[in-house]
Amino acid sequence: MDNEAAFDKFKSCAVEVLQVPEEKITPGARFSDDLEADSLEVVELVMALEEAFDITVEESELEGVETIGQAFDLVTSKL
Amino acid sequence: MGLLDGKRLLVTGVLTDDSLAFGVARLAQEEGAEILLTSAGRALGLTKRTARRLPAEPEVLELDVTAHEHASQVAAHIESTWGHLDGLVHSIGFAPDACLGKGILQAGWPDVSTALEISAYSLKLLADAFAPLLERAEAGGSVVGLDFDATVAWPGYDWMGVAKAALESLARYLARDLGPRGIRVNLVAAGPVRTMAARSIPGFSKFEDVWDDRAPLGWDVNDSSSVARAVVALLSDWFPKTTGEIVHVDGGFHATGA
Repeated sequence: MDNEAAFDKFKSCAVEVLQVPEEKITPGARFSDDLEADSLEVVELVMALEEAFDITVEESELEGVETIGQAFDLVTSKL
Repeated sequence: MGLLDGKRLLVTGVLTDDSLAFGVARLAQEEGAEILLTSAGRALGLTKRTARRLPAEPEVLELDVTAHEHASQVAAHIESTWGHLDGLVHSIGFAPDACLGKGILQAGWPDVSTALEISAYSLKLLADAFAPLLERAEAGGSVVGLDFDATVAWPGYDWMGVAKAALESLARYLARDLGPRGIRVNLVAAGPVRTMAARSIPGFSKFEDVWDDRAPLGWDVNDSSSVARAVVALLSDWFPKTTGEIVHVDGGFHATGA
């Protein structure tokens, strides 16, 4: 999967779980400030990504992940 | 044959597959029970997604314990589907930031009342709402709550510790008043397990470090299977005359002095 296709897939998960418009899902968007996502929703997003990309993410790996770009990098590092 | 064959249970508090309640739900299904999950507010989507990871995907209903009509709505749903309820698992706790890790003097009543309402009063709310269904259980209804030993003060746990002390006392009074209706009320005081809820407790690592050393049987903060087994046992027909009890599932930590 190329990077662009992966980001599209990532984006559709984020739109579904966080219920925000697609254009808000940019690499620089911050979960708490820009997307108003709380920790429960971030965990839910990670579960959706695990299913969509067939990967496993440990909760400890989420420490310090604050933006869409950081979360996307974490996902692609496992592909 | 499973320990819970044919039983119908309501399980609250499943957030992720690390949740203590998830372990209970999975084992209950493996032991033959049919279950229904509940969740609240923004956690509802997460619970629904986690529910798909159970052996059989259960229905997930909304039950926010601060919205008092939710419990009666869920009870009405169970009344019209199952007609009775064999057991109820209370795995609900919340404390605002001011109540955790800042010392006991910091929080004011609005925050404390939230912690007490969600973490302790909710046991009464659920027991009351579901008692008419639980008293129709063939072998008597069983209410099991998840607890953290509240007999001493812990680092960082602060008002959540006070809420757990209230929960322990409340469980005894509920056992007294629901016993005549054939309903048992017991708690499982678990050792520390790395769940999403535990990660929100500042100083949780202080428990982690000492627990395994001090518990005669040892303790693994990543393994909640012993907790699930105890809860399932209390939901089964194998503790028919046990109520108002706190079963410690902590490797024996509570029984040691140092």
